[in-house]
Amino acid sequence: MGYARLGYARQVATIFTKDLRAELRTKEAINASLSFALVMLLLFSFAFDPSEETTREISGGLLWIVFAFAGTLLLNRSFARELGNDCLDALIAAPIPGSALFLGKALANFVLVMAVELIALPLFGIFYNVKWTSQFPQLMMVIVLGTWAMTVTGTIFSALTVNIRLREVMLPILNFPILIPALLGAMQLTSSLVAGKPITADNDAWLKMLIGFDVMYTAVSLVLVETVLVG
Amino acid sequence: MRDKILFVIGAAAILLLARDINAIIGLPEERNQGIIFKIIFFHVPMAITALTCSLVAFFASIAFLITKNFKFDAVAVAVTEVGLAFLAGNLITGSIWGRVAWGIWWTWDARLTSALVCWLLYAGYLMLRRAIEEPTQRATFAAVFSIFAFIDVPIVVFSIKWWRTQHPAPVFWGGGSMPKDWFALWAWNVLAMMLIAIVFTAVRLRQEEFQREIDSLRREAHAL
Repeated sequence: MGYARLGYARQVATIFTKDLRAELRTKEAINASLSFALVMLLLFSFAFDPSEETTREISGGLLWIVFAFAGTLLLNRSFARELGNDCLDALIAAPIPGSALFLGKALANFVLVMAVELIALPLFGIFYNVKWTSQFPQLMMVIVLGTWAMTVTGTIFSALTVNIRLREVMLPILNFPILIPALLGAMQLTSSLVAGKPITADNDAWLKMLIGFDVMYTAVSLVLVETVLVG
Repeated sequence: MRDKILFVIGAAAILLLARDINAIIGLPEERNQGIIFKIIFFHVPMAITALTCSLVAFFASIAFLITKNFKFDAVAVAVTEVGLAFLAGNLITGSIWGRVAWGIWWTWDARLTSALVCWLLYAGYLMLRRAIEEPTQRATFAAVFSIFAFIDVPIVVFSIKWWRTQHPAPVFWGGGSMPKDWFALWAWNVLAMMLIAIVFTAVRLRQEEFQREIDSLRREAHAL
């Protein structure tokens, strides 16, 4: 078996490219997610007075609600895609550790969710006349950290909910309450970065919390994923 | 035997609670808050009981994943349900107190928000259980989620604390104080709540055992 000799990184990369290729050939989840993000950006304009000042103040909250909801659509498909033709059983039976399967899928989800976010973000800036680029590198860092938090728990819950009734509803019900600390931190940081205030040593508590959340849940997920997949 | 022990614990809980309520009624009113302060004798013990339940659920979930013994799964679901009821009691008593002391039922203060988030987390646990048919898978997935939820509790509490705080500084371990004999009364009420939680959990545990027995009998009948 050639596959047994694959290095761990190669195994992760194989799953990662497989997932991305499958999604990019059909584009069903990413199109749905992107359209959903657009619809939400439109709906927000009715929810409050879309003047520059108001929008800037609540930009973090708005953006992360869009990211979280649109991301959920992508995460739902992550394991559900494998149900047809019993692909999931084949993946679990494949000679790779569960954690490699999980990491590959989580990274693929991360790239897809990031793609939707990076399209939604400039659109948000255009629609609401908000200049969001003044702290660009730090904003990207916050978005990467927040998105990873979302995808790491989202991927494992996607595996938890793949076989159950009401799958589409259960994923956000489980994922959002767990994610609250990460979303809260990302919202706070994003709002101040969009307003042009950089993160400095004085106000990096949220950043530390976000990093801690990422590290902790990545570790717990890697430990527990074998149990989830194999039982 | 188990029934008798349960009855004894239940009777002790009711007697203790009756005694406490009687003593609490006899207490004078607090200078600033008036009679509403007495809710602390129930509000805080309920929170402590709920927190204990989530701790037990966490260890029972780990024990299930290690041993695959369904007894631990039954313990986990029983204490989670009981803990959720106590947390609901905590939220409701807190809301009543807030209406009198603050003039509002609810505010997005740190403790209130984190208690609500914890409630939602464990409600999600019960919903996940309901959605899975197969017993082994249900127990495994629920245990994994329970571990995720328990780890989240401290992060939620601290992150929301940074976000905002309006809750009065906790009477205990937070600079507040209580006369000594009041504290003793309060501590007895913690015990009373714990005993009630134990009885509820035991009753719920029995239901879970019966359920499993019915399931296995049904499977047997189908096999025939």
